Amino acid sequence: MNDISIHVENISKKYYIGQKQDRYRTLRDTLADAFVAPFRRVSKLLRGQATGAAELHEMIWALKDVSFEVKRGEVVGIIGRNGAGKSTLLKILSRITEPTTGLAEIHGRVGSLLEVGTGFHEELTGRENISLNGAILGMKRSEIERKFDEIVAFAEVEKFIDTPVKHYSSGMYLRLAFAVAAHLEPEILLVDEVLAVGDARFQKKCLNKMQDVGHQGRTVLFVSHNMPAITRLCERVILLDEGGILEDGPAHKVVSAYLNSGLGTTAIREWPDPAKAPSGDVARLRATWIQTQDGRVTEAVDIRQDVKVAMEFEVLKPGHVLLPHFHFDNEEGVHVFATVDLDPNWRLRPRPTGRYVSTARIPGNLLAEGTLFVHANMVTLNPDTFQFSAPETIAFQVIDSLDGDSARGDWTRHLGGAVRPLLEWETQFTPNGKEEITADVEEEKPQKQSS
Amino acid sequence: MQNLKKMKQQSTNALLSSKANDVPVIRIEPSQGWVSLKLDELWQYRELLYFLVWRDVKVRYKQTVLGVAWAIIQPFFTMVVFSVFFGELAKVPSDGIPYPIFSYAALVPWSFFSQGLGQASNSLVGGARLIKKVYFPRLAMPIATVLSGTVDFVLAFIVLLVMILAYGIVPTINVLFLPLFLLLALSTSLGVSLWLSAMNVQFRDVGYIVPFITQFWMFATPIAYSSSLIENRLLRTLYGINPMTGVVEGFRWALLGTDTAPGPIVIVSSAVALALLVSGAFYFRRMEKTFADVV
Repeated sequence: MNDISIHVENISKKYYIGQKQDRYRTLRDTLADAFVAPFRRVSKLLRGQATGAAELHEMIWALKDVSFEVKRGEVVGIIGRNGAGKSTLLKILSRITEPTTGLAEIHGRVGSLLEVGTGFHEELTGRENISLNGAILGMKRSEIERKFDEIVAFAEVEKFIDTPVKHYSSGMYLRLAFAVAAHLEPEILLVDEVLAVGDARFQKKCLNKMQDVGHQGRTVLFVSHNMPAITRLCERVILLDEGGILEDGPAHKVVSAYLNSGLGTTAIREWPDPAKAPSGDVARLRATWIQTQDGRVTEAVDIRQDVKVAMEFEVLKPGHVLLPHFHFDNEEGVHVFATVDLDPNWRLRPRPTGRYVSTARIPGNLLAEGTLFVHANMVTLNPDTFQFSAPETIAFQVIDSLDGDSARGDWTRHLGGAVRPLLEWETQFTPNGKEEITADVEEEKPQKQSS
Repeated sequence: MQNLKKMKQQSTNALLSSKANDVPVIRIEPSQGWVSLKLDELWQYRELLYFLVWRDVKVRYKQTVLGVAWAIIQPFFTMVVFSVFFGELAKVPSDGIPYPIFSYAALVPWSFFSQGLGQASNSLVGGARLIKKVYFPRLAMPIATVLSGTVDFVLAFIVLLVMILAYGIVPTINVLFLPLFLLLALSTSLGVSLWLSAMNVQFRDVGYIVPFITQFWMFATPIAYSSSLIENRLLRTLYGINPMTGVVEGFRWALLGTDTAPGPIVIVSSAVALALLVSGAFYFRRMEKTFADVV
């Protein structure tokens, strides 16, 4: 009958931030204020006005007239740069803070997960924290007891379950915290960027768990900067910017709109002011960017397409052999690979002064999904001197649109690895009754479904 | 009364239950002015309340050498100091009861009150992370903190019982009223804590004020002396405006059998405590919407 799960109507939220500077303040004013202000504030306080010190503050609208509806069972991603209002929206829907104006209706039991380990107490043991944290997140005591073993197993902390968590490693701590949260079973789950924790392997486990949640017909609102996770988990994505909804639609469309809009990671970086550019005595970096095969600068790259990484630099002193090179790190901090300029025209050849653009082409079907951060470096050869290094100046996202012709084939769930080359596979087949070809097949154990 | 009704009607964020398919519907909208206390919701969160109390009790004396002994040491040694200075040196009259037990019987509920006040007034600021990240009725925080003090109270009370036996005092049937006096102490502690904890969110001055309040309040309460020092009956009854007077005199009457039944004092004290509690709760609820943004 009523399949609306979340209904949001013109929600706005105003915050007071920072102190407004009065231009002309005399010492007398300041002193007078120091005596008078406390009384004024106390009288306000007693009248129950929350805005005691707020008059002096500037306000911003963290959210402005946001309206949308989410159907039951929908998994919706919320993206946007920092300060776009994502977290404020989740806080309002979780009833942690009130909207300034507007109305929202939520149909069903809400579990919100804005942080892992909220309410964990250092002095308590793992066992005790599971109970406490479960209760804080809204689980019933019976529910916690029922799922206790499953939670401990998921967190992989069996041996330390009766040790105070202050003796846990940070990884164990986070695993335990997430394990409790992952076993919440509300009809509506609000999740804020909690996957950015723990080691890579556990993150993947959590993503899979999240995906299970989606498949159980639960409504999920999921805030993240992790675009691959968003595109994998969500059918629909809402893009927020400056407190308003900029886009709302199918995940791939919105994610690529976001990545192309310049709101996300930046695909091009220029140094118009030479004084501020990374520079050595021989070479100076002027710009670096990512472009597609047809020359379009972009942050979003199709996993199947070639991508070009370029740097523009100036040679200030003639007569040196230069070696531009790029390093690529993924979002887990893994140094995926490095590449050095191999252009035969300039190999071992001293360069005259002037402007150069060096471009490296990375073939399609090589990189794995996710964000790659690019470092642009320059050295001279013989003598080897370091010229400049511009770490993490630009970044781009490798996106798999799951059409079945990428290296992941028809597998749509998590697939790890720092690179993902498209390889040729072949199969030998012998029908039953003939001599069998045996092979060691290692199968991944299926994820435990929580019930 | 009409006002109360009006407040209830203005209740927002109410947890309604649609009868049709039994899916709870939560309405989220800005609240204005005085809002309902939502005690029903607090009841729904009783398990969380239980866990918060349990946590406070569990961690209170972790990593202390003397552990739960602290619950006894504080009132006990205060009693020793009082006995030496007020009892022996100043010869403060103690209604014909040995001074040590006279003062200790008052210090036990007083410690419960002052510890509860000190910790609960800081409960929201101390639990800021929780408030910013999870929804639950915020009233649960000061309530849990005050309630967790009952464990300390019980320990100190056992020592009191031992002393009563040691002094050969036979408690009368009035002992049955004791839980009511404890409830009075709890209401007073909670009432003041509700005001102060909510103010503390915005004005950390409260952290500095509380030790003062506690100190003055202690001397304004007949702990080291007896309220019978005030001979005018009317004035003595008015002394009950300090609810802790009712608590302390009540404890002495119930346990030690002081001859003047503190009836009028207790009635005044209860009225004041109730007023503190109800006004504190409404003030707290009114300020609640700002907690997550300001704390």
